[in-house]
Amino acid sequence: MSDSPTPAPEDFLRVQQEPRFRKLRSDYRRFAFPMTALFLAWYLLYVIVAAFFPQVMAVRVYGYINVGIVWGLLQFVSTFVITALYVRFANRKLDPEATAIRQELEADAERNAAAQAGAKHAAPAATQEEAK
Amino acid sequence: MNPLAIVPVPAAAPAAQVGNPWINIGIFGLFVVVTLVVVLRASRNNKTAADYLAGGRAFTGGQNGTAIAGDYLSAASFLGIVGAIAIYGYDGFLYSIGFLVAWLVALLLVAELLRNTGKFTMADVLSFRLKQKPVRIAASITTLAVCLFYLLAQMAGAGGLVSLLLGISDKAGQSVVIIVVGALMIFYVLMGGMKGTTWVQIIKACLLIAGAFVMTVWALAMHGFDFNALLGAAVEKAGTEKILDPGQQYGKSITTKIDFLSLGLALVLGTAGLPHVLMRFYTVPTAKEARKSVVWAIWLIGAFYLFTLVLGYAAGALIGVDAIKAAPGGQNSAVPLLAYHLGGSVLLGIIAAVAFATILAVVAGLAITAAASFSHDIYGSVIKKGKAPSEQEVKVARRTVIVIGLVAIVGGIGAQGQNVAFLVALAFAVAASANLPTILYSLFWKRFTTRGALWSMYGGLGSALILIIFSPVMSGAATSMIQGVNFAWFPLANPGIVSIPLAFFLGWLGSVTDKNTEDPVKAAEMEVRSLTGIGAEAPVDH
Repeated sequence: MSDSPTPAPEDFLRVQQEPRFRKLRSDYRRFAFPMTALFLAWYLLYVIVAAFFPQVMAVRVYGYINVGIVWGLLQFVSTFVITALYVRFANRKLDPEATAIRQELEADAERNAAAQAGAKHAAPAATQEEAK
Repeated sequence: MNPLAIVPVPAAAPAAQVGNPWINIGIFGLFVVVTLVVVLRASRNNKTAADYLAGGRAFTGGQNGTAIAGDYLSAASFLGIVGAIAIYGYDGFLYSIGFLVAWLVALLLVAELLRNTGKFTMADVLSFRLKQKPVRIAASITTLAVCLFYLLAQMAGAGGLVSLLLGISDKAGQSVVIIVVGALMIFYVLMGGMKGTTWVQIIKACLLIAGAFVMTVWALAMHGFDFNALLGAAVEKAGTEKILDPGQQYGKSITTKIDFLSLGLALVLGTAGLPHVLMRFYTVPTAKEARKSVVWAIWLIGAFYLFTLVLGYAAGALIGVDAIKAAPGGQNSAVPLLAYHLGGSVLLGIIAAVAFATILAVVAGLAITAAASFSHDIYGSVIKKGKAPSEQEVKVARRTVIVIGLVAIVGGIGAQGQNVAFLVALAFAVAASANLPTILYSLFWKRFTTRGALWSMYGGLGSALILIIFSPVMSGAATSMIQGVNFAWFPLANPGIVSIPLAFFLGWLGSVTDKNTEDPVKAAEMEVRSLTGIGAEAPVDH
């Protein structure tokens, strides 16, 4: 295994309080939560109309194609669009922030590990893997 | 009533066989040989638990996304949804939408965070900051329950498929086929582990999607590439325009309408709680690849369900509702009949082989998930308290695979001719009520406690099971599993609309009334890890 050294517990507590991490968390949640609410509402509305107001779905739009088919296909479209939006958001916004925090943490952890190894009779390396 | 499972064929089905069973068997045999070679090649590097249970975490997002589609698109969803659209029209289409939209939950809320915090199983994430032992046991029980329900439905479906595609309609012959499928599955998973299973899924997904694509283009070409004309032909053949509108299957009464809503809820919230889907996120090296996997899966699954829409109406137009209903296998025969109509015995043979390959691949994926949960959660973490060497976990996982394979064979033979259609819907309902609330709470809610997790998981599992037992699928209706008695008091076939909110509520109630607070250090570690990927399990390099 090529696991990098695990940061110390106080590092996690410290990072959790850092504004940078809090920003990453709120950026992620501010995208993911409303989007989830939106597509669930959009889907449930569709299901409820299909189940309880089928006459709405039966309205013809073009030839044999009715509102039901169009709305159903729009569910596919909205799913694809939300997927693409999230990927763009995550690649542009979340990934750079997460990578920066991670690299800093890894550097900290390596410094700690080096310091521990320096202090000769340090605790056995098992503590690294012991996290879980 | 539920197109998600293959409806069993009465033993005395008329032997109106279409196509040539030997071509079907031959093409399926070819698939088995090719996948066996791939599995054996993939199994060379299966040493550690990360190799055996997570494919060395070395699959790319594209490969894993294809495998996810392979895991997800079961024979039931191929034959069942096309058949449902062919017979009930629009209502069949409603299913596929729920199945697709559900992936947004996995994409937005679950996949990446899960990859960053866990190792092999769902329980890794759930027990991260809660008390290991009770949470692991509970998560393992719900995992095994979902896998078992799904597995039995697939195995029983195998029997039904055989009679349809190979012309074997007696019980003994069907049992032999179930044994063959079970034995092949055990061999694949024993030898290939997650790597081999993933390759089987990838091959199968490509065949399935390519097969559906060819049939779709073919059927559209016959109508001048005009979907409107195809719908017109379906309407003309059916003699009613009702097949274009919702309500043919679910519009009978207020109960069936609420039942549909309940099913829709279970589908959309269950997918991201299906353990065999969750486990796939550990087979990629990073959270970013996990994200890519879901994106691939969404595109492939979305495309596939668009094909099923065309195929369903095409079967209605070219074969006709009456001919489909009269064929052995009823609703499930829509795809084979359409394939035969379009491309004769050869296309039927390919599609039949793909349907078999699908069952085989799905049961293999379920078996490795159940085995991972037992060996890693129960044996490794609870019995050996995390001290078991990884080789030992692999050994236990292999033994579990054999046991699960035998259970699946015996259960599959026992379930023959039974109406087990509710099992897949039940698996989704249990996944949505027992798994998803706890996953979301533990990822996003600081105050969530061990007691909340246990209440939610056991409450979700228990309520879903109890409601199913006392619903019309078990007793009191013409299609019930147990005939001649009536102990049903819950009117719906799908428990989701009650059990899912209940499980969310119990998770909240158990936590806010819990005086114990969980370790804030672990909570900080989990949150930082989940979002940044620090300390995430690295891929194995060979």
